[in-house]
Amino acid sequence: MVSIATRHNINISGQPDGQPIVFAHGFGCDQNMWRYVAPQFEHEFRVVLFDHIGAGNSDLSAYDPQRYSSLSGYAGDVVAICTELELRDVVFVGHSVSAMIGVLAAAAAPELFTKLVLVGPSPRYVNDDDYVGGFSAEDISDMLESLESNYLGWSSAMAPVIMGRSDRPELGKELTESFCRADPFIARQFAQVTFLSDNRADLPHVVTPTLVLQCANDVIAPVSVGKFVRDRMPNASMVMLDATGHCPNLSAPEVTAAAIEQFVRRSTLALQ
Amino acid sequence: MTSSGGEVFEGFYEALVDDDAEQLYDRAPCGYLSTTPDGTITKANQTFLTLTGYDRGQLIGQMRFAQLLSAGGRIYHETHYAPMLRMHGQAHEIAFDIVHADGSRLPVMVNSVLERDPHGAPTIVRTAVFDARVRREYERELLRAKQRAEESEARATALARTLQQTLIPPIPPVIPNLDVAAAYRPAGDGSEVGGDFYDVFQIGIDDWVVAIGDVCGKGVGAAVVTSLVRHTLRAATVQNAEPSKALRALNHVLRGQHDTNRFCTVVLLRLRRARGEWTGTVSCAGHPLPLLRQSNGALRAVGKPGALLGVVDAPHLHDAQISLLPGDTLLLYTDGVTEGRSGKNFYGEERLAAAAARSLDSAEALTSAILNEVLEFQAGKPRDDIAVVVIRAPV
Repeated sequence: MVSIATRHNINISGQPDGQPIVFAHGFGCDQNMWRYVAPQFEHEFRVVLFDHIGAGNSDLSAYDPQRYSSLSGYAGDVVAICTELELRDVVFVGHSVSAMIGVLAAAAAPELFTKLVLVGPSPRYVNDDDYVGGFSAEDISDMLESLESNYLGWSSAMAPVIMGRSDRPELGKELTESFCRADPFIARQFAQVTFLSDNRADLPHVVTPTLVLQCANDVIAPVSVGKFVRDRMPNASMVMLDATGHCPNLSAPEVTAAAIEQFVRRSTLALQ
Repeated sequence: MTSSGGEVFEGFYEALVDDDAEQLYDRAPCGYLSTTPDGTITKANQTFLTLTGYDRGQLIGQMRFAQLLSAGGRIYHETHYAPMLRMHGQAHEIAFDIVHADGSRLPVMVNSVLERDPHGAPTIVRTAVFDARVRREYERELLRAKQRAEESEARATALARTLQQTLIPPIPPVIPNLDVAAAYRPAGDGSEVGGDFYDVFQIGIDDWVVAIGDVCGKGVGAAVVTSLVRHTLRAATVQNAEPSKALRALNHVLRGQHDTNRFCTVVLLRLRRARGEWTGTVSCAGHPLPLLRQSNGALRAVGKPGALLGVVDAPHLHDAQISLLPGDTLLLYTDGVTEGRSGKNFYGEERLAAAAARSLDSAEALTSAILNEVLEFQAGKPRDDIAVVVIRAPV
C-alpha cells in the first residue's frame, strides 16, 4: 500500500509545531492553485497541501470510481489525511468544490477542525425551484461536452509525461504540463460528481466557525449562493473579495490571504 | 535585374506597404481580442466582430470574454483556462463555444497569452480566436466513433467473460464411499481459461469415470477444443468400457476436425466398486502418470505411458488395472503442476511427491495444499494452467 503522503502528493511546509492549515484545491487543477496564497502562512502555520486522488501528482491507481462517486469519498480522504498526519485544531481552506468537501469532512469529524474557510462555495450548482445555483441541467451536460472537446488534446502519448511524475517528487514544487490536465475518465466523473452534487442539507449541521470568501463576479458561484451558504451555516460569516472570476487564489492572492489570516486570527482571539 | 524580376519586386513592395498595422490587425484571418487580466474586453478586431455578430460598442469595456461563452464553456474557462493562463502565461488550443449575438453557437479554438509588467503583475491578455465549425463537427464524429468502439469493446469483453465461465471445469460431484476433490487454475492472473481440464461423472451405480487432460495451447482457442474433448469423452466412455478404446474414439474425433490441429494429453480412469472395494482401469495418452499413495505410505506412479491424441490415426494406448484400497489416495495432475517454474527451477515431481506423501486427512486438503504450493512457487502467476484431481478411498 502506497503511503497517504504519496497517494495525495502531500507537501508540508512552514512551522513543524505550528497550527495546521490545510489547503484543498477544486475541480480542474491541483494544489498549485494555492502557490501564491499558501506561502504567506508558512511563517506561523504548518502548511499542508495535497492533491485529490485523480488530480495533479496524486496516485491515479488509487482512483476508485465507486469511492469517488460522491463528494463523501473526497471528504473521507480529507479526514484520513488529518488523522494520519495527526493534525489537530485544523484550519481547513477549501476552494470551489473542496469547500463542500470541507463541510462534509467537518460534519463527519468535527473534532478535527477549528475553522473552515470556504472560497467560492456552492452547495448546489443546478437551479432547483426557488434556489438559484446558476446553472440548468443542460448547462452541465454542455460543460461535460466542453470537457470532452478539450480532452481531444489529451492524447495517450501525453499520459507517460503526466503519470511519470510520480517518481520525480521534486516536481511537486515546479509547475508542469500536468497542471489542469487529468485523465479524461476521472475528470469527467469528478465533473459530474461536483456539478450534480447537492449539499444544502449538510450546511446546518456544521457548527465549526466558518468564513465564506465570495468574489464579486463569480460565474460559477454567484454572490447569492455565497449568501445562501453563510445563512444556512450556524456559525458562518462572509467576506466579499474585490476579485473577478472563480479563482481569487490566483487572481487576487494577497487579498485572499489577508482575508483568511484576519479570520483565523480573529476567531483565535475570540476562542481565547 | 530582368523585367519579370522587376514586376515581382513591385508586387512585393505594394503588399508590404498596403498591409499596414491596422489592416494586419482588423483583417487578420482570425478573431483577435485584448482583455484586462480579469477578462474585460479592451480591443477586438473586425474579424472577431464579424464572426460573433457584435458591435464594438457592445463589447469594449462592457463584457468579459467569459460572458461570451456558453454556460459549459464558462465553467471550463474558470476551472481550467483561467488558471492555466495565470500560471503558465499561456493557454493553447482550447475549444470553446462562443454565443453569437443572434443566439447561435460558434465553435472556436482559442489561443491566449498573458502579458506582465516588469514586476510580473499581469497587464493584458491577448487572445486569437479561430473559427472551428468544420473541425468541431469532425471531432464530434471522432468522439462518437470512440464511444461506439468503447461500447462494443465492453460488450465483447462481457460476452467473452460469460462464455469463459461456461468452460471452467465444474466442481466434481459427490461419489458415495469415495472422497473426491479437484482444483483448476488458469495460467497468468487466472482471468482467462486455457487448455487444462478435468471431469468426474457417473456411468452407473458404483461405476464412475475420472478424466484429466491438457489441450495444447492457451486461451480461448484451446478452451474451445477442451470443451469438445470433455463432451466427446463423456459420450465415448458410455460406448467403450475400456478407457483406451474411449481415448481412441476421442483421437478419431480430434483427427477428423479439419479446423483444429491441436493435440491433447489425457488420463482416463474408470472406477468401479464391488464387494465394498474400489478397482480401476486407467489409460494414459501422453499425460503424466497418476500417483498412487498407499495407506502404508508407499508412493508410485500407476498406468502405462501411451501416445498423445490428435497426432496419429492409431496411437499406442494401454489399459492398466489398479486397486484403491481403504486409505489409498490417487493423485491426477497436469504438467502445469510439475513444470511450474521459479527462475530456472521447476516445481518438479519430487516436490509433488513430498506434498502427496504428507498425510492430509481429506482429498480437499491435499488438493488445495498442492495448488497453493504450486502457485506460491510461481509467485501467484503460473505460466501454464494447473489442474489437480485427488481421489481417496475412505478407511
